[in-house]
Amino acid sequence: MIDEEELNIIVTDVFDLYGYDFNLYSKASLKRRLNRLFIMDKFPSFAEFRHKINSDPHYLNRFVEEITVNVTEMFRDPSFYKVLKNEILPSLGTHPFIRIWHAGCSTGEEVYSMAILLKEAGLLQKSLIYATDLNPSVLVKARGGIFPLSQMQLYSENYIATGGANDFSSYYTANYDRAIFNADLREKMIFSTHNLVSDASFNEFHLILCRNVLIYFDQELQEKVFKLFDSSLGKLAYLCLGSKETIRFSKIENNYVQHGKEKIWRKIK
Amino acid sequence: MKNNCNIIAIGGSAGSLEVLLKILPNLKTTLKFAVVIVLHRKKTSDTTLLDLLNSRTDLPVREVEDKDIITAGTIFIAPPDYHLLAESNNTFSLDYSEKINYSRPSIDPTFETIADVYKKNALAILLSGANADGVNGLKAIKNNGGVVIVQNPETAEVPYMPEQAILNVDVNYVLNVDQIIEFINGL
Repeated sequence: MIDEEELNIIVTDVFDLYGYDFNLYSKASLKRRLNRLFIMDKFPSFAEFRHKINSDPHYLNRFVEEITVNVTEMFRDPSFYKVLKNEILPSLGTHPFIRIWHAGCSTGEEVYSMAILLKEAGLLQKSLIYATDLNPSVLVKARGGIFPLSQMQLYSENYIATGGANDFSSYYTANYDRAIFNADLREKMIFSTHNLVSDASFNEFHLILCRNVLIYFDQELQEKVFKLFDSSLGKLAYLCLGSKETIRFSKIENNYVQHGKEKIWRKIK
Repeated sequence: MKNNCNIIAIGGSAGSLEVLLKILPNLKTTLKFAVVIVLHRKKTSDTTLLDLLNSRTDLPVREVEDKDIITAGTIFIAPPDYHLLAESNNTFSLDYSEKINYSRPSIDPTFETIADVYKKNALAILLSGANADGVNGLKAIKNNGGVVIVQNPETAEVPYMPEQAILNVDVNYVLNVDQIIEFINGL
């Protein structure tokens, strides 16, 4: 088992050598992820684990992909997407142009969910969805828009629970065990690497979604990211978080009002 | 328990809700430690479980939000579809990584992180259930000097989970529900 001291050694190595900063990640989760990788890749000792990370840049890609959590699904939390569809999108629709940022988009399931909602609301053509993640390999998958066919039943149920009225299977083509999502959904997506820990604001948005990313950060880093979001949101723009995440510990809280019970906040000043 | 108890972690699966509904109303309301409950539960966003538990006790019952502070005298419930972890700065964090023992929340990561943080000041209780989730967690609590209690399998609606614990962990006590209540109130 990797202990706290060894965890700190790895974190320092990875930052010094590659610039990825995991220093302010939640320790309990990070430790579990490190131990999981250590066991999965059958390292005989901590020293060999450390050596592999330090000497093999290819292994670093795997390290980053496995240390970060990339579990996601389409229309996760249908009640959230229902409010987004019925109450937030109509308000965004009054703008001549809609800029959306999915921060920490992982393999893109929620980005495609958003594109479907925008398309159904007739807003996709005037939207741009920036989808970012620190991890280049998940962005390759997101860009591909190919998800396991085995997931489609769940996603279809989620879609219906958001109030979706179309045939969900009309949004993809089944091919063996894969569902290939329609290319028109992807036309307004821009994928790019962006590290919330170290990269700056790059635009002003009407809507930022960052769901189940901040749970992996400690409070100091959360605060830094909230400031980044605050500086990337125009007045009356929206911030959406995961169902158990909150801005109530943050200084930016006073500039926002929560939209009902969902984890959606609107910037009021 | 020789050491001060700072936290009690309770895990259960099939047949454990009934047990909790017996335990909660009988706990004294002056607990000097936090109570953390991880139940295998369906992934829904409704508040039925929370409302049900709240109706059975005067102690505050809270479904955990990310970075909630672990407070004595409060009963914390792991939210659906997240693993619940204890951090060394006395807060909870949530984790949406892969299911463990087919479950999210899973009992093991909560017990293991509590063992890591609270060491000998942690107490863990494993109730009725149909799989072996919680067994590794109990081991961690025990190995870090904490106290481990298992519901008497003969009184469990589904005995598999407590049986696995007894087979695999050097448990401190095997107790009936009444004895569990007495034990907690005596801390």
